[in-house]
Amino acid sequence: MTLKIIASQCTSCSACEPECPNVAITEKNGTFVIDPKKCTECIGHFDAPQCAAVCPVDNTCVIDNAYPRYQAPA
Amino acid sequence: MTSLDVGTAEAAEGVNAAVAMGDVMQKIAEHKGCGTSGGSGKASCGSGAGEGDLPTEIWEKVKNHPCYSEEAHHHYARMHVAVAPACNIQCNYCNRKYDCANESRPGVVSEKLTPEQAAKKVLAVASTIPQMTVLGIAGPGDPLANPEKTFKTFDLISRTAPDIKLCLSTNGLALPDHVDTIAGYNVDHVTITINMVDPEIGAKIYPWVFWKHKRYTGVEAAKLLTDRQLQGLEMLTERGILCKVNSVMIPGINDKHLVEVNKAVKSRGAFLHNIMPLISAPEHGTVFGLNGQRGPSAQELKALQDSCEGEMNMMRHCRQCRADAVGLLGEDRSAEFTTEKIMAMEVDYDLESRKAYQEKVEEERVAKVAAKQEELATLAGAASDIKLLIAVATKGSGLINEHFGHAKEFQVYELSTSGAKFVGHRRVDLYCQGGYGDEDSLETVIRAINDCHAVFVAKIGGCPKNDLIKAGIEPVDQFAHEFIEKSAIAWFKAYLDKVNSGEIEHQERGDAEIRQGALINAA
Repeated sequence: MTLKIIASQCTSCSACEPECPNVAITEKNGTFVIDPKKCTECIGHFDAPQCAAVCPVDNTCVIDNAYPRYQAPA
Repeated sequence: MTSLDVGTAEAAEGVNAAVAMGDVMQKIAEHKGCGTSGGSGKASCGSGAGEGDLPTEIWEKVKNHPCYSEEAHHHYARMHVAVAPACNIQCNYCNRKYDCANESRPGVVSEKLTPEQAAKKVLAVASTIPQMTVLGIAGPGDPLANPEKTFKTFDLISRTAPDIKLCLSTNGLALPDHVDTIAGYNVDHVTITINMVDPEIGAKIYPWVFWKHKRYTGVEAAKLLTDRQLQGLEMLTERGILCKVNSVMIPGINDKHLVEVNKAVKSRGAFLHNIMPLISAPEHGTVFGLNGQRGPSAQELKALQDSCEGEMNMMRHCRQCRADAVGLLGEDRSAEFTTEKIMAMEVDYDLESRKAYQEKVEEERVAKVAAKQEELATLAGAASDIKLLIAVATKGSGLINEHFGHAKEFQVYELSTSGAKFVGHRRVDLYCQGGYGDEDSLETVIRAINDCHAVFVAKIGGCPKNDLIKAGIEPVDQFAHEFIEKSAIAWFKAYLDKVNSGEIEHQERGDAEIRQGALINAA
């Protein structure tokens, strides 16, 4: 799994962008998006996903069930 | 890089300056309460202090800064550039999702700017509005949660428009990490929003803070925030940087506590304390707006400001403006300077013509002070305990120069035998809509200035005049286009004479409402 940003709730404040340890977040069409190929759910970096921790709108940076759970390299 | 190096050298010099600053702060503290004993005519040395009331070093720093000097705000304009969208804390009075062009409150903007766009905008505005002397970065998030964008903007502006004062407004969480950079860019005015010094109270205002890669909640979050705020404040004042503290008055949560906040920030060298009313309405989508938390009434706010005034300088002219506001306080010309319009503008930054214009403004200021002093002399010897409020319709320059029906706000002065003292302002809906009076907005105007005995205007129609008289507020139009303070004192003197002769009886007025909603009738 990775995280995704629910576009309709994103205020486009950009707080998440510099916090992402994987540089997975970019601005697209006025809101921010997470590149699922780069997102590691912050596993190995921080205790909690940084985008969700800094986001001013609750339940906007959420787990994207469309992808399999991220596996940290052994 | 170069400018940073220069800044470091200046910061080193600042250590010496800081010593002198300590003396200055002491002097200001000793100086408090001066005005109430006649003579100088200032009922307070607060933010309304003029040249004669402040040490020269401080006066030089604040005299052209509308947000630091009440006197300056009649003459000089400010602008905010919205380059800092991210925030590192959540406040219960803020919801950034609800933006609207008619909304005038902090944390709200119509457009975000890049530092380059911001620099161009500053030049465009400064060329159009020569009395624009101050550039602030106030959000819409927290400037220090966006340090690259904030400092890049300062860097660009300090190169192209070196005469413009730079300032910033922060929640303080990241402040201690950036104090040296702030000093390096010669930012000599910093505002910190401090709503509490007790984490138990803080937990009711801040649901969370984000610090060092972690979200903290509850009392722990508030403790972290208050510690960092006070540490940052101390670091700034040690470096001789002028600090203003903003506090939002939230009845039932921190209203009584703000007296303690006032003491805490004063002891750490803050220059000015700005206690603002909570803006709270359900349509703002904030936690406080949705749970029905009310803001204070005009008299509740004034009572708290008055009780803190003995301790330190109070600011009462704050308009709680948006993070992209442009113009004199109380006006917002941001719509004239959208990104699209700025980018199309040919900008010729003419430092000389700006200087010439500002010299004219200085002449006007001197004339205003002289007129006030002269009128005040006529009050000498008048003995009376009467204190009352008046509302004034003004477009700026310290003159009664606005029609009643065109006023979007009224400035409120407290009159006593020690003179006329600015004590606040009241935003209202426009009464006059395309030439016709709107009865509903007249009612809201009356509610907004209901604690005033008189309203001074350049002109007023017959209908609203009668309604005002019925409501017990005397409309005064015989001082049209004259200086506010001089006129107010002259009127007050005549009022006292009438009371003394028994022609009228002095009566106390009631409370007034602080307007909460969006400025829907903005022209």
